Amino acid sequence: MLTNLISISLGAILVENFIFSKFLGICPFMGVSKKTDTAAGMGFAVIFVMALASIISYLINLILIPLGLEYMQTLSYILVIAALVQFVEMFLRKMIPSLYEALGIYLPLITTNCAVLGVVLLNTQNNYNFIESVVYGTTAGIGFLVAIFLFASVRERTEFSDYPKCFEGFPIALISAGLIAMAFMGFTGLKIW
Amino acid sequence: MNVKKLASEGLVTQNPVLVQLLGMCSVLAITTSFFNGIGMGVSVTVILTLCNIVISLLRKIIPNNIRIAVFVVVIAGFVTIVDLVLQAFVPALSESLGVFIPLIVVNCIIIGRAESFASKNTLGPSMLDGFFQGLGYTWVLVVMCVIRELLGSGTFGAGLLNSGNGIRIFPAEYGALLMVLPVGGFLTLGCLIAATQYILNRAKEKKALTAPEKEKEVVG
Repeated sequence: MLTNLISISLGAILVENFIFSKFLGICPFMGVSKKTDTAAGMGFAVIFVMALASIISYLINLILIPLGLEYMQTLSYILVIAALVQFVEMFLRKMIPSLYEALGIYLPLITTNCAVLGVVLLNTQNNYNFIESVVYGTTAGIGFLVAIFLFASVRERTEFSDYPKCFEGFPIALISAGLIAMAFMGFTGLKIW
Repeated sequence: MNVKKLASEGLVTQNPVLVQLLGMCSVLAITTSFFNGIGMGVSVTVILTLCNIVISLLRKIIPNNIRIAVFVVVIAGFVTIVDLVLQAFVPALSESLGVFIPLIVVNCIIIGRAESFASKNTLGPSMLDGFFQGLGYTWVLVVMCVIRELLGSGTFGAGLLNSGNGIRIFPAEYGALLMVLPVGGFLTLGCLIAATQYILNRAKEKKALTAPEKEKEVVG
């Protein structure tokens, strides 16, 4: 049981990193990675929402599957994620205003982050039980945080380097992401036993 | 209704992937074979056109405050339909695209067009806009697929031509496996966007160079 959970976590953080091997959540990854501190804020918000979304989607499945309504999964997941993000936003604004201000606009943007919907769909696809879903959701979020933080640090440096003018902005970011992805390929086949 | 303008915007000057930089996840993830690219492109084009039609018809009824939620429900409905149709009739495609079919729900291109075009325009232009934006997305996908498949495994049209094996251009052992792996996606898309920026910038510079000369003539 424990080894299973550890291998799920290791897979989600390193081997099958959401950004560099599954290509989920590229939009916020590119959009919010200009500075390391906002990147870290976004990463923590994503961890939080992913963990909650995994819990709630598991509960939704408990209702949908006995009723034979599996085809409603995508629709109900996205509505629940949207409601969840809204709820988290209201909760933080009341309870922890400092964190709310630090996250700013990135909080509502998480709704359209395909990594969140992706983690929920993958939980369903892999038939994870409750604990596995929560662990997978949390560690996938940690993987996202690692990726976006590394990438933001690289990007802060490429700003000042000399590259062809047509690569300005997005293309050079994609190329550096490709190089980091190459480094992450080194984790392929990593196992703990 | 200006068909030509909508077409040139969707295909080149406002291309959803190369210029607006939307919908990156699916572009990077599924462009490993020709078949995947065509399948994903057609699915997105169909969903985008249908969503634009429905949203432009409903645009006066939808309350402004909850419009995003309404858009998402409409999109999720069509995505579910397409998902089920693919599972029933093209199971091979549905399997190789996997989680990326339901993920069309959060594809920024569709919600972006609903917000910026369909909710402000009438039925005809919205339908055409959806179709051409979808087509613009599709051609980028196909180009990416052809490049990555050729360099990565040395074939053309895998999954579709030559009973699924694709036409072999050069032996597989000379292919750079890297191009089929995630790394190749990042590098190919980066170079494609750089090329687009280069071409669009050059066109702009040419205009800027010729425009002042004309002014001089007038003054002279």
